[in-house]
Amino acid sequence: MIPDLGKYAIEVLSAYGVTILLLGGITGLSWQRWRRLKAEVERVERGRDG
Amino acid sequence: MSIWEYANPKKFIATTTPLIPWVFGATAVCLVVGLVWGFFLTPEADRFGSTVKIIYVHVPSAMMAINAWAMMLVASLVWLIRRHHVSALAAKAAAPIGLTMTLIALWTGAVWGQPMWGTWWAWDPRLTAFLILGLFYLGYIALWEAIPDPDQAADLTSVLCLVGSVFAVLSRYAVNFWNQGLHQGATLSMDAEENISDVYWFPLLFCIAGFVLLFLGLVLMRTGTEIRLRRLRALERQAQRITA
Amino acid sequence: MKALLVRDLRLAIRAGGGFGLSLAFFLIVTVLVPFAVGPEADILSRIGPGILWVAALLATLLSLDRQFALDHEDGALSLIATSPLPLEAVALIKAFAHWLTTGLPLTLAAAPLGVLLNLERPAFSWLVLTLALGTPALSVIGTFGAALTVGLRRGGLLLSLLVLPLYVPTLIFGAEAARRGAEGLAAGTPILMLAGITAGSLALLPFAAGAALRINLR
Repeated sequence: MIPDLGKYAIEVLSAYGVTILLLGGITGLSWQRWRRLKAEVERVERGRDG
Repeated sequence: MSIWEYANPKKFIATTTPLIPWVFGATAVCLVVGLVWGFFLTPEADRFGSTVKIIYVHVPSAMMAINAWAMMLVASLVWLIRRHHVSALAAKAAAPIGLTMTLIALWTGAVWGQPMWGTWWAWDPRLTAFLILGLFYLGYIALWEAIPDPDQAADLTSVLCLVGSVFAVLSRYAVNFWNQGLHQGATLSMDAEENISDVYWFPLLFCIAGFVLLFLGLVLMRTGTEIRLRRLRALERQAQRITA
Repeated sequence: MKALLVRDLRLAIRAGGGFGLSLAFFLIVTVLVPFAVGPEADILSRIGPGILWVAALLATLLSLDRQFALDHEDGALSLIATSPLPLEAVALIKAFAHWLTTGLPLTLAAAPLGVLLNLERPAFSWLVLTLALGTPALSVIGTFGAALTVGLRRGGLLLSLLVLPLYVPTLIFGAEAARRGAEGLAAGTPILMLAGITAGSLALLPFAAGAALRINLR
């Protein structure tokens, strides 16, 4: 499945790994904050109207 | 119709929210195609061995690290000149993404440099310039965090961004002058002579597109979050006034 | 204008201002280096110009945060802002006063301290020349950083984080010119670039600093 990376396997895999980790991390964090704030604003706005 | 209509925060959120899933979908397609193609289906290069595959994460992240700063510069100018809040918030939203891209570029550069140049870190001009760029991102983010008043923070960080841009370019030339580089010349220039071969080029194109789209999606999302945060604060102040 | 300059100089020299402090800091850093890298004369004379440049840069940084902070606390800055003097000029004068009380003494002190680091004879004049050319840029850039962080309670640390990256080009060209001069190589280009940075910072950064002050006083 994984192609033969020869003696540089660690380097190549860690480069991909760190990239995916960091990009996934910032995407996940942004998404989480987005959902949290959306819910909170909606809650506060409902409270104000009701 | 003009583009400035989207400077209205409500309109910005209303317009961009439906776009976000599409942008992230396109991002996923581009990244999966580009990275899978690049990782599984490209041959090893004579000189680089399998490390040539690192190019698919190294080059796009390095490009976006610089482009993110350029976008922040434009957004800061728009804020200073036209006082659109969305613009200032977009600059704020982009900074952590730029910092992440810088970190990725540095890390992938280090693990690529180790087998190729025999060292994790060399004071090569491009590496050094990226390190300095990372410091600029840190300072910019820290200044945003440190100032409580949002408008004041937007103003001051914009001024810092302008001055920082000038000094970042200066630093780039300074380190160039200070040390000859290990990096090869242009890899992606239009001049086909020194370009990399098509086998590597097409997956790279997908990866670059993927990184650009990811940046776009993240900026839209984070800007929306910042707008909501601002709205929340305003609503809370209002509530306090009513009860008081 | 003159009154402000005189007042700033007086304040810096009296009242335990940064005047003696940054000089002492410069001295101590220079003395510490041989303890860290060993007493071999040839190593010290090779890295000497660079060490002195870094030490001078850090010493400039040390006195930056009191640049506007004291005036901001006792309200003097708001008073100065209401005077007919534009804030850009205020920033320039503050930077000049800062240079007179730190940059200039550091430049003069660098030559005797060079003896401690076994500098070669030609290195002295190059070191003093590059410091004389470069420290005004350090002061102006630092003033801009101080203007950005005026209103902040713990601005000192943030100030260093903001200012240090901005110091990179000045440091590179300054230390490079000093090194090349000391080794007898052609140092014309870095000297010119250093002078260019100083001139450019002097011309442009007071406007950025003035703008930052105006925002902070709003």
